[in-house]
Amino acid sequence: MELRDGLLYSKEHEWLKVEGDEGICGVTDYAQDSLGDVVYAELPEVGKKIKQMEPFMVLESVKATSDVYAPVSGEIIEVNEKLQDSPELVNSDPYGEGWLVKIKLENKDELNNLMDKEAYAKFLEEEEK
Amino acid sequence: MTKLIYELSRPGKRTYIPVKKENISSKFPHELLPSKFIRKKKAYLPEVSELEVVRHFTNISQLNVGVDTNFYPLGSCTMKYNPKISEYITQDSQFKDIHPYYPEKFSQGALEILYETASYLEKISGMDKVTFQPAAGAHGELTSLLVIRAYHTANGNPRKKVIVPDSAHGTNPASSALAGYEVIEVRSNEKGMVDCDHLRELMDEDVAAIMLTNPNTLGIFEQNIKKIADLAHEYGALLHYDGANLNAILGRVRPGDMGFDTIQFNLHKTFATPHGGGGPGSGPIGVKSHLVKFLPVPHVEKKKGGAYFLNYDYPESIGKVRAFYGNFLVVLKAYIYLRILGERGIFETSAGAVLNANYLLGLIKDKFDLPYNERYMHEFVVSTKRYKDKGIKALDVAKRLIDYGFHPPTIYFPLIVKEDLMIEPTETEDREVIEAFADALNSIAEEIDKDPDLLKEAPHVTPVGRLDEVWAAKHLILRYEKTEN
Repeated sequence: MELRDGLLYSKEHEWLKVEGDEGICGVTDYAQDSLGDVVYAELPEVGKKIKQMEPFMVLESVKATSDVYAPVSGEIIEVNEKLQDSPELVNSDPYGEGWLVKIKLENKDELNNLMDKEAYAKFLEEEEK
Repeated sequence: MTKLIYELSRPGKRTYIPVKKENISSKFPHELLPSKFIRKKKAYLPEVSELEVVRHFTNISQLNVGVDTNFYPLGSCTMKYNPKISEYITQDSQFKDIHPYYPEKFSQGALEILYETASYLEKISGMDKVTFQPAAGAHGELTSLLVIRAYHTANGNPRKKVIVPDSAHGTNPASSALAGYEVIEVRSNEKGMVDCDHLRELMDEDVAAIMLTNPNTLGIFEQNIKKIADLAHEYGALLHYDGANLNAILGRVRPGDMGFDTIQFNLHKTFATPHGGGGPGSGPIGVKSHLVKFLPVPHVEKKKGGAYFLNYDYPESIGKVRAFYGNFLVVLKAYIYLRILGERGIFETSAGAVLNANYLLGLIKDKFDLPYNERYMHEFVVSTKRYKDKGIKALDVAKRLIDYGFHPPTIYFPLIVKEDLMIEPTETEDREVIEAFADALNSIAEEIDKDPDLLKEAPHVTPVGRLDEVWAAKHLILRYEKTEN
């Protein structure tokens, strides 16, 4: 399972790349593998306010429809329009082309609730037991 | 691949269909119908010979897989055998050709069947009144929730939320949302049962209902059911029983006695009527006495003199959820099934279902992971997690089972178990079938060690190989369109 440096991870398997007071969010390699082939991404609208650890969008795979949880609170400022036509990017490149949304962070203290790469790797080990 | 009948079509080919002369109008459509209903263009219908029609549909029917052709252990679907005597009896024109607009005095037999079947289901479930109006299980869930909403509204506040477990059937949250409720998920604990502490945290006066199936989708009996019912009622919420797994407890314990206020049955699961493709489903609901007045109308009732009638006089009813009185012939099949089994037979049904599931589990448990080490009932869930390193997923095992002549079990459900197979053999299978299925699973487990590609490329024996599910989901084609060439 691929993990990347420089990202923060949530217990619901989202990643967040913080740049200033913005963050790019996607789902982890582990999440895309568990989801199976993604066939539809129900993206939120730009301007939507989201709350940390609450579902804010849906990914539909051949197996199931799953909520994606907000890694931080804030406002959606951009969504990955490419996913409308090519939701499979979530599977093929979860940390790159398959990103989901850009979030304007509301409270940077919330970042403390997320894990770094090492902590997330340990968390995954526990999950797999 | 089989061609579509439209692709077989050649201009001028005809089939002779014998029709009684008195059934044909001598008038043209425009003499009978307003012009806006007359089609402008000729209907595009396939032109084929009688022999082509017969061959076409016979060949298609032979591609089909069903309980009549294969073992079909689809978890939580209770794919039991549908006795042919039910088909035979329902084909009698005294049942088949009656019309719902017949006056009551000419429909006494049909009304009696509705009344009697309801009384059997009331007895089985421990509920006070059953209606057959909902057309299928999910419709029954929705109807139950509408009844629950009407109950709360009558008490001054319809409330806002419905709680469902994270292991629930997908229809539970869907029905709740459709009934206008916010869906709240309660976690399962390490035993695969509802986490009562979490449930307590979630409870408040805004909760309209909790929906549960018992045994749950893992096949595990919710041992704290009494506690859960008390907790719901403490906050004035109602408890709904999703009847998908009723087969496990039939004749043993009753949802009404566990504290449930409403139940939806699936006649096409528990009571051996055909599933969707074989004729309409039926999702009757049952309620406790305090909810009877909210049920859909009409109620089938019995006068003092013994005559049956349809009672519409329930001003607080949620109204109708479907035309007429339910899928009558389906109810009739359930009635026949219940009459053949009798009390003793019903009591033995659940025992057979639980025994078959546990026997099968015992035969395969060394080769697959068991996420919960609990006592299972009519179905169980195993995981293929240990084969992940070989690149094998539950999907591959399921596809390979087709090569062995079995319909695959449910996979990737419930969502709380990874890479799982959810297996429900039902009581209608013989020991030999259970053993043959276990042999297949164990042999597939050995194949994973020797030749995992055999699984990844499965199925090998079907008219088409592994289907591209992503492509199918994204390029949905629902009707044939003629291409000119």
